[in-house]
Amino acid sequence: MVDEPVPPGSEENPSDASGPAKLSPGVATNEREDAYWHANLRLLAWLMTIWFACSFGAGILLRDVLDRFSIGGYPLGFWFAQQGSIYIFIILIFIYVVRMRAIEHRYDLDD
Amino acid sequence: MDTQSLIYLFVGASFALYIGIAIWSRAGSTSEFYVAGGGVNPVVNGMATAADWMSAASFISMAGIIAFTGYDASVYLMGWTGGYVLLALLLAPYLRKFGQFTVPDFIGTRYYSKAARVVAVICLILVSFTYIAGQMRGVGIVFSRFLDVDITTGVVIGMGIVFVYSVLGGMKGITYTQVAQFCVLIFAYMVPAFFLSFMITGNPVPQFGLGSKVGDASGLYVLQKLDLVLTGLGFAAYTAGQKSMIDVFCITLALMVGTAGLPHVIVRFFTVPKASDARLSAGWALIFIALLYTTAPAVGAFARLNFIESVNEQAYAQAPAWFTNWEGNDLIAFADKNGDGVMQYRKGDAFTGKPEFTGETGASGERLVVNPPVTDNANEVYVDQDIMVLANPEIGKLPGWVIALVAAGGLAAALSTAAGLLLVISAAVSHDLLKQTFRPAISEKGELLAARLAATAAIGVAGYLGINPPGWVAQVVAFAFGLAAASLFPAILMGIFSKRMNREGAIAGMVSGLAFTFGYIVWFKLVSPDTSTAANWLFGISPEGIGVIGMAINFAVATAVSGITAAPPSEIARLVDSIRVPRGAGEAQVH
Repeated sequence: MVDEPVPPGSEENPSDASGPAKLSPGVATNEREDAYWHANLRLLAWLMTIWFACSFGAGILLRDVLDRFSIGGYPLGFWFAQQGSIYIFIILIFIYVVRMRAIEHRYDLDD
Repeated sequence: MDTQSLIYLFVGASFALYIGIAIWSRAGSTSEFYVAGGGVNPVVNGMATAADWMSAASFISMAGIIAFTGYDASVYLMGWTGGYVLLALLLAPYLRKFGQFTVPDFIGTRYYSKAARVVAVICLILVSFTYIAGQMRGVGIVFSRFLDVDITTGVVIGMGIVFVYSVLGGMKGITYTQVAQFCVLIFAYMVPAFFLSFMITGNPVPQFGLGSKVGDASGLYVLQKLDLVLTGLGFAAYTAGQKSMIDVFCITLALMVGTAGLPHVIVRFFTVPKASDARLSAGWALIFIALLYTTAPAVGAFARLNFIESVNEQAYAQAPAWFTNWEGNDLIAFADKNGDGVMQYRKGDAFTGKPEFTGETGASGERLVVNPPVTDNANEVYVDQDIMVLANPEIGKLPGWVIALVAAGGLAAALSTAAGLLLVISAAVSHDLLKQTFRPAISEKGELLAARLAATAAIGVAGYLGINPPGWVAQVVAFAFGLAAASLFPAILMGIFSKRMNREGAIAGMVSGLAFTFGYIVWFKLVSPDTSTAANWLFGISPEGIGVIGMAINFAVATAVSGITAAPPSEIARLVDSIRVPRGAGEAQVH
């Protein structure tokens, strides 16, 4: 990732803030939150691309091409449509869980 | 012990367990009733979500649909799992950070409008009721086949059980009941699948079994053999699809987006302690769901093979016991068109419509039907695809306790989903309509009472629909997804990812998306079902997949309208900033 780490303690952000009104509108917080949000959006773009490629791509649009290959007794496109894409969905969510934990920690915004 | 006693024992024990859990975890406050107090462990919530999600359709019908449509059924497998990626990545953590009780709560607050809240409540109730009628029907089918009571009694017993634990326990009660129900249903699904996979391929893991060779001398893979057998009987190959690519694409997308927009699924993520837990919980939920969803294709393929081998070219007089059992429940029929007493199973309809029996028996002892035979094909066997999972243990000649387990599992799947749906309906009425819109002065105690009354009324309506399913109920259950995709999902998504989206845009978007999708479905399913063919469909997209176009209309209308109306007030921009950041998600509360 391209973002530089944020110096710790640049902004006090009480962990018990529960509503929008309590969030401090300080400049440092806003920059930190913006950078955090853009890191999140970049990660989302990658993961959503893979989500689309394994299900709609391999399982539907390119199925006829992939069915010329096989994995065990499964034609490959059929396998993506009925097995593979589901496994990949799980992996994508856990990648997001782990990467977001790191991103939140880097910007000191974790819960 | 005989099979019937085992069934009573398993079903009775599982019901006792659910009610025991409900009494132990009664809800005392609105927060406990709506979101289980917001303190549910993410893994526990994942398991409850899986039970909530996997309905009678997933447990009873899906493998049957796969068995009879092969590749085309992939739309359900991908559609009903891929939505969890959208939930985990795009919705759940932000809605949890927002931290209120219901989906209309979010829409009403984010779009600073009671009208938006009411529109969301209408979408929610429309979606949830179409869905719940199918659950009560599933309960009725299981009862009538396995417990020898008629469908009406079965539905009433099911209503009684759901009443006890959802009205008493609220979200807190159903969360822990659903954990128990998940364990029952997944065990009940996997055991026969392991047996069947082992018997057919020698590999007990169904996910591998489906990719293995059949255990006979042919040396063919399971899918190769199935393709060969089916094409030999005049059917299309199992691994080839019948639907057009654009239709498969759109149905899959509508199901995925609809899954992410279903209120009873979304609300489960309001029950975990933190925003990051909502992500984690969605991941666990998908693992638990995938256990069943990756097994179902194997169950479907094995069931089709077994069915053909035990029925086709067999004399009716020697038909297996399960065949006559299900014939007795009106779900199988044999019309001896060529009068040879042997069952020919081929492509095509044996007769027109669903069987109506004359009450008399034919030359071989089969129940005669009044339906006129279809003479342009040689098929003589009618089979309702819903029976495949329930009949599988019998077709595979598995022991009695496996049959009892499947009966308990089917009931667990139907009851857990029904309870989750009832809860979002009752919360929408008591919280969104009463507390937040029409009676803001109501006390917490009064709101809790209203929630329980609303749940009771909803159970009554659901039960009525289960006993007297109007023709359209079964047809529109699948459309709940299209409606959710076209209405709620875009409004929530834009509420999080766009600061510019305003009240006018969101309402116009929801109304136009819902109206278009609803109108298209009603037209092709109710008004003019004869014209529902690919040639007449918009872009060749069937009513099942039209939610995708409805969603596109929603996004387009919302963007256009918000562009020419005033930007939302500045506190809404701060609200959006706040839900985007995970830090500070407190207990779910009324703001």
